[in-house]
Amino acid sequence: MSYEPSALRLQREEARRRVSRHSTVVALLSTLTIGAVLAIVVTGAPGFKLVRESFFNPHYARTAFPSVLSGLWLNLRVMIFAEIFVLIFGLLIALARTSKSPILYPLRLLATVYTDIFRGLPLLLVLLLVGLGVPGLQISWLPNSAVTLGTISLILTYSAYVAEVIRAGIEAVNPAQRMAGRALGLSQSQTQRYVILPQALRKVTPPLLNDLVSLQKDSGLISVLGAIDAIRAAGIETAQSFNFTPYLVAGALFVALTIPLTRFTDWLTRKQDRARVQQGQW
Amino acid sequence: MSKTMLEIKSLRKSYGSDLVLKEVSTSLAEHEVKVLIGASGSGKSTLLRSINLLEGIDDGQIFLDSQDITEVGINPDEVRSQIGSVFQSFNLFPHLNVLQNITLAPRFVHGVAKEVAVAEAMRLLERFGLQDKAKQYPDLLSGGQQQRVAILRAVITRPKVLLLDEVTSALDPILIAEVLSLISELKGEGMTMMIATHEMGFAKRVADQVLFLHQGEILESGTPHTILESPETPELKEFLNALRDAGRL
Repeated sequence: MSYEPSALRLQREEARRRVSRHSTVVALLSTLTIGAVLAIVVTGAPGFKLVRESFFNPHYARTAFPSVLSGLWLNLRVMIFAEIFVLIFGLLIALARTSKSPILYPLRLLATVYTDIFRGLPLLLVLLLVGLGVPGLQISWLPNSAVTLGTISLILTYSAYVAEVIRAGIEAVNPAQRMAGRALGLSQSQTQRYVILPQALRKVTPPLLNDLVSLQKDSGLISVLGAIDAIRAAGIETAQSFNFTPYLVAGALFVALTIPLTRFTDWLTRKQDRARVQQGQW
Repeated sequence: MSKTMLEIKSLRKSYGSDLVLKEVSTSLAEHEVKVLIGASGSGKSTLLRSINLLEGIDDGQIFLDSQDITEVGINPDEVRSQIGSVFQSFNLFPHLNVLQNITLAPRFVHGVAKEVAVAEAMRLLERFGLQDKAKQYPDLLSGGQQQRVAILRAVITRPKVLLLDEVTSALDPILIAEVLSLISELKGEGMTMMIATHEMGFAKRVADQVLFLHQGEILESGTPHTILESPETPELKEFLNALRDAGRL
């Protein structure tokens, strides 16, 4: 049997098309207007020419690019190394904080104090304290390279954030799940490992990735300790030419580096939201 | 006379000043099925949760297969590994598929090899027509299928006692029927069970004995026939009348 759409349906579809055409036109017009206003304000600024010359100079962008890029290679290594350790330590701290066993009480206390301190301390301060303080101890076996100490500072700070995210995930798992695990005869730690943690980590993957994006860009802060990363390399170029374009190059590279992870996070969040709606858990 | 599988002596439990179980005593012989009836808040769930030690008790004793499981120093994991528990809200693990849900306890609590556990789980699933759901995740199953999987998860380890806590309360009538027929089959196999339910027709079919709980006390007990047809206490009469008015009897 062939299906002949009713006049009512055609009418509805036409109405929907009208609404969507209208939205497109409005979006286009508003974008153009804002763009034009911005262009007029920026290019009309009295110092625009000077700023364009010193921040958007294609010549300096080209000459600075190779050294900034090789600096970025350092950032990349630092961020990957730090991310691995942050995830491990964050998980351990979260487990310590959510454990109930009395024998782990000192550990729980320590983990709480640790997260309180490192979530509150500005990263820049941690970098300076670790980067300048540790070599000052003059203990021969401690690391004293700016890169190592900078990475340690990043790990110290971000482990605290990540631990809190994972802890929130553990506490967000329905308590009935823990009860069901225990009712099967699973021990406290088996329940944690096979029942609670897998669900908790799934729940917090988007905010976790968000922290990792943040860690990636903050890897640029190790430049304050003198490590030649992308920002420091740009700084060196700038010092030679008195032109700030290299900073912009470094910035563009950082953005390019974080975009894949942010897009992936967005995609994952949307996917989880869709799954939740389908299951009827709003 | 078969042996006593579960014995509860003068069980007392309160939440703060709220006494939810007062002097509850009953027992369960091997292969026996006892059904707990009573209004919500009468203490049915608390009684079941005390038996598998999910709830600490204030006074009294519980013996499982002659062992005092309320003794100080008993390992609750060890006790729970011998008791099967199924809840109203299924509580399947959403990140594990059906097969993984069922094999979790055999593998990690009873130390059964993975292949053996999987083979046993598949045998159970096939028996109850769920074999093509083995690799599916709980979210994709109907409520009745989820609850049947939850029951299989509880019985695969051959528990000494199976506790069912209003396992059909979250289901619609068609799904209730499939869950109840699974429980009837388990009875046929000789499973020892303590069941809290609001399904009186089902109580009549499977119960050897029905206990009527009212405000934490067993007011009446007897065969399904005597309890449902000739109630003695005004409380039970009132309860049965309320069920009748709601069209559930």
